[in-house]
Amino acid sequence: MNTAGHGAAVRIETCGKTFADGTRALDPATLDIARGETLVLLGPSGCGKTTMLRIIAGLELPDAGGKVLFDGKDMTAVPIERRNVGMVFQSYALFPNMTVADNIAYGLKIRGVARDERAARVAELVALTNITGLENRRIDQLSGGQRQRVALARAVAIRPGILLLDEPLTALDAALRDRLRSELNRLLRALGITTIYVTHDQAEAMELGDRIVVMRKGAIAQIGTPREVYFAPKDRFVAEFIGAANIVEAPIENGILVLPGGRLPIEGGATTANATVMIRPETIRVTNAGAEALSGVVDSISFIGDRQRIVVSGASSKPLNVDAPNTIQAKVGDRVGLSIGADALRLLPSEP
Amino acid sequence: MSQKSFVWLCLLPLAVVTTAFFLLPMARLVVAGAEGPHGFAGYLAILTEGRYRATLINTVLLAAATTIVTLIVATIAGMFLQRHRFPGRAVLIAMLTFPLAFPGVVVGFMIILLAGRQGLIGDLSNRIFGEKFVFAYSIYGLFLGYLYFSIPRVILTIMAAVQKLDVGLEEAARSLGAGPWAVQRDVVLPALAPAFVASGAIAFATAMGAFGTAFTLATNIDVLPMLIYTEFTLAANFATSAALSVGLGLITWLILALARTFSGSAVAAAG
Repeated sequence: MNTAGHGAAVRIETCGKTFADGTRALDPATLDIARGETLVLLGPSGCGKTTMLRIIAGLELPDAGGKVLFDGKDMTAVPIERRNVGMVFQSYALFPNMTVADNIAYGLKIRGVARDERAARVAELVALTNITGLENRRIDQLSGGQRQRVALARAVAIRPGILLLDEPLTALDAALRDRLRSELNRLLRALGITTIYVTHDQAEAMELGDRIVVMRKGAIAQIGTPREVYFAPKDRFVAEFIGAANIVEAPIENGILVLPGGRLPIEGGATTANATVMIRPETIRVTNAGAEALSGVVDSISFIGDRQRIVVSGASSKPLNVDAPNTIQAKVGDRVGLSIGADALRLLPSEP
Repeated sequence: MSQKSFVWLCLLPLAVVTTAFFLLPMARLVVAGAEGPHGFAGYLAILTEGRYRATLINTVLLAAATTIVTLIVATIAGMFLQRHRFPGRAVLIAMLTFPLAFPGVVVGFMIILLAGRQGLIGDLSNRIFGEKFVFAYSIYGLFLGYLYFSIPRVILTIMAAVQKLDVGLEEAARSLGAGPWAVQRDVVLPALAPAFVASGAIAFATAMGAFGTAFTLATNIDVLPMLIYTEFTLAANFATSAALSVGLGLITWLILALARTFSGSAVAAAG
């Protein structure tokens, strides 16, 4: 497939953004994105992820001192129309006065590509994004999922150096979002283009990202592969934002975490009066009471299907969420033992 | 009483008013137009007699020119006013819409003060070039007057339409490589097309039929409303003035209908 390019490497250097009214949307941040990599900017709304995307796109100018480089070339002053970036907007922003085919071909038309070549490229992209047969439809005749695909096809048609996606799946309903997420993943891998993807949905970030940049209040909280940010979150915010997490606050004595329901050995645990520890719900095993160092009482059980969420109180100062296999037989009020490996306890820096 | 007859009963006052003050006078007008020495052929005179035809063409050209220039000026101004915030913006908008409060007579008076024999422009040109430029009493003065009261109407409509524009569309076009002109041509203007048709229609219809301004400026400007007035009051030619009135209404309506049909596809697509 001749769409397979590898795009440009992106570097942003001390890019901050303060709006005219004095609001600080983004603290000065530096970030390197490798050629062909898919980088996800993840965070709650207002964390500055969209501002960062818009700075890379050229829709916002960084504050003085900030620099945007594509393949080492300074692009800071270059307007978006000359940056050769493909962009997919949350609202899709498809042109209502054009057909699907005209939308996809628009960037090529602006570039003066001949009609035959445009038609060939449109045919190729329509096939790639599974919207064959819709070429002559008007935009208001398309479903949400179809619009998303047209927006993607339009952005990719110009063979951009960088593909920028701003919450491209947020406007869709949950079932469609899941399906399109894996389709998008397949497509991004096939294109091999440098991609920057903004989302507040951690499931999207996990599936699509080679690396994830977790953002909070205009600053980068952590950068890492999906596995790194999941298993080794840098702080409490990342731990709670990515996946489900039990955050336990308890003292550590000589490498032992002292909980109300028992004592657990912990790696790297220096003695402290108040440690913050993360335990993922799926790393806790429910066993018979008495067999384990830690025990508690079953508070509630929610059967989810592929697993069950058991809430155990008394083991820690706050009730612990446990993801147990769906075959475990337990009743509310049962006293159970909890088995937690030392490697499943993740010591987090205490919040000030 | 059934639901249906109740609804009909409620519509009765409207029906009475419409019949008494709209349909009956219209019918009478149409009949009056055919009561001249030539009967219904009197209507043809609008097109066949040179003076009437010239006036008709003049009026349509004047209204068309007013509409086009108004749309250009008001679109640029409306887009700027909607997109930019600056000190004094609210005052400027209030001033721009001020002409809405004036009747045609006052607008005509202001044109005379500007470009009449004692007008500002005449004074200035007299000092600079030693010659008085006076155009208030011609079709150019009338054009200026029509612009003056058409622009506010159109500006308000355009501003409302610009406010509803999706900025994302413009950003998307730019991301695909479109420069400022291409963005306007391919995205902004098509999206504003419905507002152009709606506000342009009002500007056109007003310019076709406005009388006060023309009457204030001069009695010998060749536009249809003036012609109707002179035929009616000076020549006491009832039949011709009635025929011209019906003609004026029909032609205005026809041109507006054509404009709507012509732009219909663009409007539907942009909607």
